[in-house]
Amino acid sequence: MKSHILQIAAARLLPVTILLSLLVFYRGHNEPGGGFIGGLMASAGFIFYAMAFDTAEAEKKLRVSPLYLIVTGLSLAFLSTLPALFMGNPFFTGEWISIYLPFEAKLKLGTPMLFDLGVYFTVWGIMLTVIFNVMEE
Amino acid sequence: MNGILLYLIILLATAFLSPAIIQRGGKNAAWFLGLVSAAGFVMFLTLAPLTSAGEELYFTIEWLPELYLNFSLYLDGLSLFFALLVTGMGALVLVFAGKYMQPYPLKHRFFFLIMLFEFAMLSLVLSGNLFTMFIFWELTSVSSFLLVGFSHEKPEARNAALQALLITVSGGLAMMAGFIMLGQIAGTLEINALLQSGDMVRSHPRYVPALILILAGAFTKSAQFPFHFWLPGAMQAPSPVSAYLHSATMVKAGIYLLARLSPVLGGTPEWKYILTITGAITMLLGGYFAYSQTDFKKVLAYTTISALGTLVLMLGIDTDISIKAAIIFLLVHALYKGALFMIAGLIDKSAGSRDLRKLGGLFHAMPVAAVAAIISLLSMAGLPPMIGFIGKELIYEAKFAMPDIGNILLVVGVITNIIMVAISLALIFNLFLGPLKYPLQKPTRPALALRIGPSILAGISLIFGLFPAYVADLLLRPAITSVKPSIDTLKLALWHGFNEVLVLSLVTVGAGVTLFLLYRKVNPVLTHFNNEVITFRFANAFNRGLDLFLGFTKKKTSIVQSGYQRFYLMAIFIMTAALAWYQLLHTWPDTETLKFTMPDIYDVLIALLILVSAILAVTVKSRLAAILSLGGVGYGIALVFIVYGAIDVAITMILAETLVLVLFMVIIYHLPRFTDFSSRASRLRDGLIALLVGGFITGLVLKATQINMNPRISDFYVENASPLAHGKNIVNVILVDFRALDTLGEITVLVIAALGVAALLKLKTGNEKAG
Repeated sequence: MKSHILQIAAARLLPVTILLSLLVFYRGHNEPGGGFIGGLMASAGFIFYAMAFDTAEAEKKLRVSPLYLIVTGLSLAFLSTLPALFMGNPFFTGEWISIYLPFEAKLKLGTPMLFDLGVYFTVWGIMLTVIFNVMEE
Repeated sequence: MNGILLYLIILLATAFLSPAIIQRGGKNAAWFLGLVSAAGFVMFLTLAPLTSAGEELYFTIEWLPELYLNFSLYLDGLSLFFALLVTGMGALVLVFAGKYMQPYPLKHRFFFLIMLFEFAMLSLVLSGNLFTMFIFWELTSVSSFLLVGFSHEKPEARNAALQALLITVSGGLAMMAGFIMLGQIAGTLEINALLQSGDMVRSHPRYVPALILILAGAFTKSAQFPFHFWLPGAMQAPSPVSAYLHSATMVKAGIYLLARLSPVLGGTPEWKYILTITGAITMLLGGYFAYSQTDFKKVLAYTTISALGTLVLMLGIDTDISIKAAIIFLLVHALYKGALFMIAGLIDKSAGSRDLRKLGGLFHAMPVAAVAAIISLLSMAGLPPMIGFIGKELIYEAKFAMPDIGNILLVVGVITNIIMVAISLALIFNLFLGPLKYPLQKPTRPALALRIGPSILAGISLIFGLFPAYVADLLLRPAITSVKPSIDTLKLALWHGFNEVLVLSLVTVGAGVTLFLLYRKVNPVLTHFNNEVITFRFANAFNRGLDLFLGFTKKKTSIVQSGYQRFYLMAIFIMTAALAWYQLLHTWPDTETLKFTMPDIYDVLIALLILVSAILAVTVKSRLAAILSLGGVGYGIALVFIVYGAIDVAITMILAETLVLVLFMVIIYHLPRFTDFSSRASRLRDGLIALLVGGFITGLVLKATQINMNPRISDFYVENASPLAHGKNIVNVILVDFRALDTLGEITVLVIAALGVAALLKLKTGNEKAG
């Protein structure tokens, strides 16, 4: 009882959702959005796809297992903490006033964005891991 | 000091490489490990003139100085003395073990553990900070645990290992508490600084609790009464372990700690009486039980307990002569006991038994080992010309010189020494002299690797006895000065002149010989008495206590952990609500000052939506409808966020709500048809809990309007989001920059939860699909 309309809609919507999620992630630093919301959106696209087809199909579309997304995300988040050490700044001191993450103001890329990207991938991976597993059962 | 640090690193590296060395290196690979250890011995020996001249080496890396926690090393006469003991014995034991452990399939693991122990023990005695020492102290306990339980297929070995671990580690924990108190009193835990602040520590009101806690650590480690029983149990370990850990080094860690801290904690009546009384009881008890054993290793274990008691007693008396006696006796004991344990292993290996009743005349089978054993036993008996004689004379002298309870101690000491003489003679005559006797196999001539350790140790016992002056000045005096700075000379000689101590020695030997002659008659009676009449066993009492405790925790767990999700939720909700209500009732919002403003139409509509959805969710008779209604509640709350301008939160809420709805849909697809299970009473109960929780949230919200929040926190974020974190979205900046560590923790927890879900579902369906 797979609906063709739903399937075509899901297939067409997937790239749009991913693009949208990336946009939301990117603008998150200055306007509403961010890695968490982006990750949820990206996973929503794939979940819709999985409901229209099935999880195996969705995973094929994703190309990798959601676990890889988690691994990528956590690694990125952790990596983003390291540059501070090389700049001679404290690693996660917990005192927010002394955290001064090193990135040049003129370059609008910084470790917090890398960290946010890590959050994006992690949330994406987590949602897919849980929901795919439940759907498969 | 850099050399010492480098050596410690090399030793640790060798420990980690030792499995490979043993597996690939062939039969004689253990000689190499022994060589590494011997190199350390030589290095420390070259440092001896330095400490002998009164110099100290100190090295520190700051770790957490606010908590007095540093990684420090400190070398003076006392630590050098122990370092020589650890590395020297280590070299001999490693060579011995190379042969002894040959048939064990897991021998590579054994060498790793024993090298790890050597590293930990050496670091312990070189520690310049009490916390550094504590870390290595625990590491020795852990490696001892693994070594005692090395034959892990035997339940007795596992039990003994666990018992030793529990006792030494709980003592270690007490000791850590003592160290913390000491740190608070003195403001430092660096040993060289502590040594200067003895007066301040002793006059502090918390001196006694700190002392008792630290003594608990030392007494458990050094097997003092009433914690002594783990040591005989630890004899389950292979003989090299007994020779190294349980006679020469690890059990001396407690003695080392007492000696180290004696300038800081010692000299008070508390110190004196606790140490002398505990030491005296342990000394006598050890001697008594040693006399009635039939297993060679058990005899040695109990005499070790007795010797440790003597050492504690000497440190407790705390006079010049008693400190001298303690340090010398420590060396004496390490020399003869290390040798004897190795010989016990050697006999076990070549004759297939350690039972004193079944063995005899081993001199014919192993003359070299027998001579070494006899020399060591004579040293144990305290007979000239062995160094044991000098040790015993000094101990007598110290007891003579002690005021008040000195007389009682002297009597106890003489009795113990009489027993020692009798045991030594009994071992010499029963094991080595007379006709050859063996239970199973004809004893073979032991290999060189097995003979070399005991022979060297016995040789040293003899040479030091004959020429004590040399070792006295180079090694013993600096160690004694570290314990008692007022001592600056040490003269040792076999012949003290004809005095009351010598008379006492003669009496001891005479009585000892008599007791030995009665050995065959007395021993079976005593064994019978110990086994049948004294039914109380410390080890059994300990096990019973442990069982009781485990039973209690099991019962407690079965009550608390019901396994029903609803009960866990109920417990969480009720506890949270109760605690919050308790606080709320005390500070009930002042309703007078609450300003009610007329809500606008959006607020009313949203509130209605949430309320209706909530009521629907609990009343509808279909799961789908209930879930959708719950979604309505969620979306309603998201709308509230939108109205009040928290767009980020609203988006997140809507997305999360949607995904949760999807998740629920997927799940109810698998559930059976909806039926009404819950009774009226349970619904009433759930409703009550819901009211309780809802009420406290309402109260909290009312209260929140009246609390004058410290405005600086949010102002800080508003002001600094852009300049410090280069972002204008404050919520996002907080998440990924100001409080990034929290976020990292949160996503990690989420990952764990997701993996848990995946694992549970995969486990249940048996789906082997790679994830």
